Amino acid sequence: MLPVDRLLRDSVSIGLATGVYAVSFGVLSVAAGFSVLQTCVMSLVCFTGASQFMFVSVMGAGGSAAAALPPAVLLAARNGIYALSLGSVLRRAGWRRALDAHLVIDESTAMAHAQRDPAQRRRGFVLTALTIFACWNAGTLAGALAGGVLGAPESYGLHAIFPAVFLALLVPQVRSREVLACALAGAGIALLLVPAAPAGVPVIAAVVAALPLMLRRRA
Amino acid sequence: MSWTAVLALCAAAYALKAVGAVAASRAPDAALSERLEVLVVPVIAGLIAVQVFGDGEHLVVDGRAPALLVAAVLVWRKVPLLLVALAAGGTAAALHALGW
Repeated sequence: MLPVDRLLRDSVSIGLATGVYAVSFGVLSVAAGFSVLQTCVMSLVCFTGASQFMFVSVMGAGGSAAAALPPAVLLAARNGIYALSLGSVLRRAGWRRALDAHLVIDESTAMAHAQRDPAQRRRGFVLTALTIFACWNAGTLAGALAGGVLGAPESYGLHAIFPAVFLALLVPQVRSREVLACALAGAGIALLLVPAAPAGVPVIAAVVAALPLMLRRRA
Repeated sequence: MSWTAVLALCAAAYALKAVGAVAASRAPDAALSERLEVLVVPVIAGLIAVQVFGDGEHLVVDGRAPALLVAAVLVWRKVPLLLVALAAGGTAAALHALGW
């Protein structure tokens, strides 16, 4: 391995993978009828991949904004839970916290919680978020301008990279049997709800699995 | 496409993050912040499950499942993240090429 810091290396790896996804978002968004500027504004300001994909897919298929917004917002809702869990990582002062809130996404949250040392948590959060922010927006612009030069992300296995990365970041957080049970229950709840609930809900509903652990720790 | 819709999505996405961040800063003590950290565990676990087995409203087993298995073994062997990601992607890509 190169003598590069582990957190930096991990962040850049995730960032590059995200960048490739961003290219396909740019392509899809322009094909759905959004302008290049609108596409780039979404990636800069929404900065939450899953709901951006949902939004442009529904609108591209002829849906109205009223049809596209609810599922996209549901997919973004888990960021609220993430932010709630990052109390010790986000800076406290008003505008700094406002800036940090923008950086709360799946990857930055998972990277922060995978670190034990508080300083490393903050560093993992910031490095991952900024690397992804750069790659996500560069990729979006490239895709929006270039159109469909790349094939489907499935053909190079990108869709399997993200769960693998999240697994690698989840494992260090599982420090006891109770936490393992909580993780498995969360996965089970989410899977049970996939056929029954709108996209976004299964993942948020998984949070219920943390309640027994939280209540017991309170006692 | 309408700017109103784009800006509404942007506003909603940021508001959700901000609500969580403000609520977290109101936590009265460090012990509560620590308890809130466990919230992430089942949500990330649920995210992994949906990303691996979800296909719209259906559950499917395709190349992503063996890819996750490969990733799990490598994580257990404490292999660096980049290699875990590449191995999972490579497994799924190979299986996809085979029609999975």
